[in-house]
Amino acid sequence: MPNLFGLRDLTAEQLTYLIGQSRSMLEVLQRPVPVVPALRGRRIGLMFFEPSTRTRMSFELAVKNLGADSLNFSAGGSSLSKGETLLDTAMTVSALGAHCIVVRDSHSGMPEFLSRHLDLPIINAGDGTNEHPTQALLDLVVMGEEWDDAFAGKTLSIVGDISRSRVARSNLWAARTLGMTVRLVAPRTFVDPGLEDCFGVPVFTDLEQGIRDADAVMALRVQKERRQAGGPYIPETLDYFLRYGLTRKKLDDLAPNAVLLHPGPVNRAVELAPDLLYNPDRSRIQRQVTAGVAVRMAVLYWALGASDE
Amino acid sequence: MDEAQVQECTGAMISQLQSGIPDGQPVIVVGIREGGDVLGLRIADGLREAGVDVAGVGALDITLYRDDFGHRTHWPDVRDSDIPVAIDNSTIILVDDVLFTGRTVRAAMNALLDYGRPDRVVLAVLVDRHARQLPICADVVGARLDAERDILCQVQFREQGADSDQVLVSGAV
Amino acid sequence: MNRLIRFSGATVRIPGRSPEVRDLAVQGGIVVDAPASENDIVIDATGLELLPGLTDLHVHLRDPGLTYKEDIESGTRCAVSSGVTSVVALANTDPVNDNPETTRYVIEQAESRAWCRVLPVSAATMGLNGEELAPYHQMLDAGCVAISDDGATVEKAGVMRRVMEYARSVNLPILPHCEDRSVRAGGVMNAGEVAVSLGLPGNPREAEEICLARDLLLARLTGAHLHVQHVTTAGGINLIRNAKAEGVRVTAEVCPHHLFLTDEAVRECGTHAKMAPPLRTASDVDALRDALREGVIDVIATDHAPHARHEKDLPFEAAPDGIIGLETLMPLCLKLVAEGVMDWERLLDLVVTGPRRVLGASGDVLGTGAPADFCLVDCSREWTYVADDGQSKSNNSPFDTWTFTGRVTTTFVDGVCRWDLDDVMPDSLKPRAGVPFQRP
Repeated sequence: MPNLFGLRDLTAEQLTYLIGQSRSMLEVLQRPVPVVPALRGRRIGLMFFEPSTRTRMSFELAVKNLGADSLNFSAGGSSLSKGETLLDTAMTVSALGAHCIVVRDSHSGMPEFLSRHLDLPIINAGDGTNEHPTQALLDLVVMGEEWDDAFAGKTLSIVGDISRSRVARSNLWAARTLGMTVRLVAPRTFVDPGLEDCFGVPVFTDLEQGIRDADAVMALRVQKERRQAGGPYIPETLDYFLRYGLTRKKLDDLAPNAVLLHPGPVNRAVELAPDLLYNPDRSRIQRQVTAGVAVRMAVLYWALGASDE
Repeated sequence: MDEAQVQECTGAMISQLQSGIPDGQPVIVVGIREGGDVLGLRIADGLREAGVDVAGVGALDITLYRDDFGHRTHWPDVRDSDIPVAIDNSTIILVDDVLFTGRTVRAAMNALLDYGRPDRVVLAVLVDRHARQLPICADVVGARLDAERDILCQVQFREQGADSDQVLVSGAV
Repeated sequence: MNRLIRFSGATVRIPGRSPEVRDLAVQGGIVVDAPASENDIVIDATGLELLPGLTDLHVHLRDPGLTYKEDIESGTRCAVSSGVTSVVALANTDPVNDNPETTRYVIEQAESRAWCRVLPVSAATMGLNGEELAPYHQMLDAGCVAISDDGATVEKAGVMRRVMEYARSVNLPILPHCEDRSVRAGGVMNAGEVAVSLGLPGNPREAEEICLARDLLLARLTGAHLHVQHVTTAGGINLIRNAKAEGVRVTAEVCPHHLFLTDEAVRECGTHAKMAPPLRTASDVDALRDALREGVIDVIATDHAPHARHEKDLPFEAAPDGIIGLETLMPLCLKLVAEGVMDWERLLDLVVTGPRRVLGASGDVLGTGAPADFCLVDCSREWTYVADDGQSKSNNSPFDTWTFTGRVTTTFVDGVCRWDLDDVMPDSLKPRAGVPFQRP
């Protein structure tokens, strides 16, 4: 069953394939009519049990651009803590004729859990603190545009709450497979025990050392909520911004060749100085959004078209 | 067919196309991947040499328009299309290497129409196998092949890595 | 029915005495010393080991209130299948056992439906809320044998201190579940490479050790008897060793799963390898095994914690902590002996006399006049444990499909047969439920 649970177990060939297919989809998006009939008649269940605007919209657009229809489920305000209720909903979606399910949930491993009970391709749109594979794929597509898809040996610095960022984790898995060098930059509250050993990457608590000469710098969103489970992780955000926030000057001085990535939405003056957001020399944040639709189109097309391996 | 014959047929196709194009209309050559795009480039070159104003040369990947999706192939391979100029009100010369059931051309026309509204589409193929499943016919044909449906006909071009241009017809297994 | 039952041909292993092949005679619920007579019912136990019944100090029977997971009848049936003749039943039931009525309920149920002795535990605080003390005197009178908030931890050191001080008046041991929730920080498995790889929040060993250190120091301050439940880390072993050397009244237990499995088991078993405290690493397993031999660990107990299928069939983070363990207790103990981790004598100390000492009972078992609580073990029996086919209502075990050598064939409690695996008992001795309450 062609599932996309994460990037941890994908080979370099598989990653390269998905990146390549995403580029083909990018071309579709540039056409006067950016819609193809490829998945006409197919129904994709979009099950977002954790609130999300961007990823959901991106998937919805991907579905429409492929000529398919979506069945939308969301969990209102409170999160669905009982997996059985979510399972019931997934079973209903399946019974309604969904050909594939895209799921986002606050529990790590939810896509695999659904896959044990449903005979449908399952695409992970973010599971707990585990992975967000389509996000990391779009990051690779955007970085690949800078480097002609020559990833090996390139340095990516990731700044932010690594342990709780599924975006960072998916990027870490893919980077390892593709031979990229990754540096993590964060206060140690953001780095759980075992992280460095598991991924084999260094952690810098000093931003300067962490981003020096990087080819790409990825800033992760920092939770601003005061009370967080397991926290407090950082003092008030100015303190974090002074030490770990990215500014034009810091990038110009320390990583002049680096492109800037951020999964969005950006907390201005926490992760990034406001003037970096749309800076055309550096920021690829807008491009990430476009690439995201293409990646999700590629993944959906593959999930519905590929044979069982 | 060997390389000399391929070149002869291609030349004949170019002549036929040239005579059929009304003056003043921009001509865009679009080849269908894979094979048709290589042939399309050759035809475009030939037309230019013959003095035809070729406004652009493009390639179409019709994977996303196929009607047999869901018969799962190993991992589907979508290549990008490349239509570099606007196609409204133009004459499109749609090029493919082999015309067989007509399904590829049907998909290509759907794809093309998502790029704009051409004035005319002229279909030019190197080999016409005459085993149509849809009502499609070629306007310009290089060579005809009458064979059972299970016979395989492959065209190989140098640009694709072959030693020489050739058309191979092989028996059913 | 008061005929004498004579078990003959077994290797009788009584702690403190050399093992010998001899008869054991039982009558009126106790062991008797009588010459053979024709009136005896003779049970041929040739080739089997006859062991005193085990006492499991850490069992969740889920009764009252959570009986869809397990109840007094099914839980004690699990116990006797492993030769356990006394279970200490923890208080995190519904309602919590923080009042004499609930204690009496458990005892009454056991007297009519249990297959082995049930010894209730009083909660340490009302409703396990970590604030108000439960009425220990009344709980003692009602039949409780220990004090524990297990399931929960008393968060405030100051309250735990008072728990220990007040418990001294009733001379009951306190069984702490050592876990600092704030340091655990929502972790669901051991903090380490496996947790990171699986994308699951980690529960660092320090969460256990911080609370353990705290409780050991409070035990030093108050002079209470602390029996530390489920120790899982090498660091914890060191803390206990030091405390014992200082003269603190502390005993400690280890669970079988922490002696055999590491956090890698989560990859294969999923939520059936999820419990608190969690499975740790290979070096911890080694340290725990060493501690068994050394004597820093006094007891093996299961922390039998049933949960229904639908509760465990969830993504890892959403499932409750706990695995069952009664049915695999004896097989895993026999495996420890077979692997050379310990000998029979040490094993019996860990599962028979050690637990009894914690409860303040004498270590003399199966002597003349002692209660006839014992089991017969066929040490050559090969079998496969299938959790779905077990005695428990639940099947949440990481040992599912493990093959074992050695199995309990017969268990007697109070001179009555409670477990007859091969159905070899004569009609008059077929297993019967209902065990009268008796303080250990």
